[in-house]
Amino acid sequence: MPLDINQVFAPHVRTMTAASQRMELLAANLANADTPNYKARDIDFRAALQAADQASSVSMAATAPGHIQGAGGGRGRADVFYRVPDQPTLDGNTVDAQKESAAIAETATRYQASLSFLDQRIRGLRMAITGGR
Amino acid sequence: MDLFRIFDIAGSAMSAQSVRLNTTASNLANASSTAGKAEDVYRARNPVFQTVMAREGGDPASEGAAAGVRVVDVVESQLPPVRVYQPGHPEADPDGYVYTTNVNVVDEMVNMISASRTYQNSIEVMNTSKELMLRTLTLGQ
Repeated sequence: MPLDINQVFAPHVRTMTAASQRMELLAANLANADTPNYKARDIDFRAALQAADQASSVSMAATAPGHIQGAGGGRGRADVFYRVPDQPTLDGNTVDAQKESAAIAETATRYQASLSFLDQRIRGLRMAITGGR
Repeated sequence: MDLFRIFDIAGSAMSAQSVRLNTTASNLANASSTAGKAEDVYRARNPVFQTVMAREGGDPASEGAAAGVRVVDVVESQLPPVRVYQPGHPEADPDGYVYTTNVNVVDEMVNMISASRTYQNSIEVMNTSKELMLRTLTLGQ
């Protein structure tokens, strides 16, 4: 069975792309923890993975301003949603610092897991190439 | 690369919070300043935070992308200064009153704690993404 390098690496690369997108949004939420009327945003991880999947496959090119891209636009970015706050605040800010920290820890772990899998794959391939020497 | 942008975002939060800490320090330092006239006395200052939407009107691919924070203004509190009867005070007006600042020390302490917590959170975010990037760089070694 021939080994398709793309098949080996692609799922992890997609996870890392989605995770880094989410990290960016979560960092912005924490940065705006004290900004009045800021609404916390997040992405659906599953949707982000699918968006990253579409971006890596062939998509239609939007060559004129009238061309419409579908949801997520096939540009590798998932749609961003606003969080539903647990409790109201006087200044209209919906950032929950604890939730954001937890989500950052979770996303970082996902990213690190993908890194570990990739690392093992690379080690395995290298072992196969060099014959363990 | 998305992880690189986290440094800008967390950095903007850190600089905004340090402005806030600065105003808090200035308010606390002046908590017992006095003046002979109501309009001369020090008033508590507070920064106004605003979200910076990433690349306004720029690349549509970054639309919905994350945003930093900036200090748009530092405003003075409009609370009236406290009028204290101290006839022996060198700055007292003809009626024997001096004006002290409208700084509320408890408010300032709360501000200080909140600013330092958010600052710490930003550093945590920065450290996490730095670790992830460094690990990505050593991939396959």
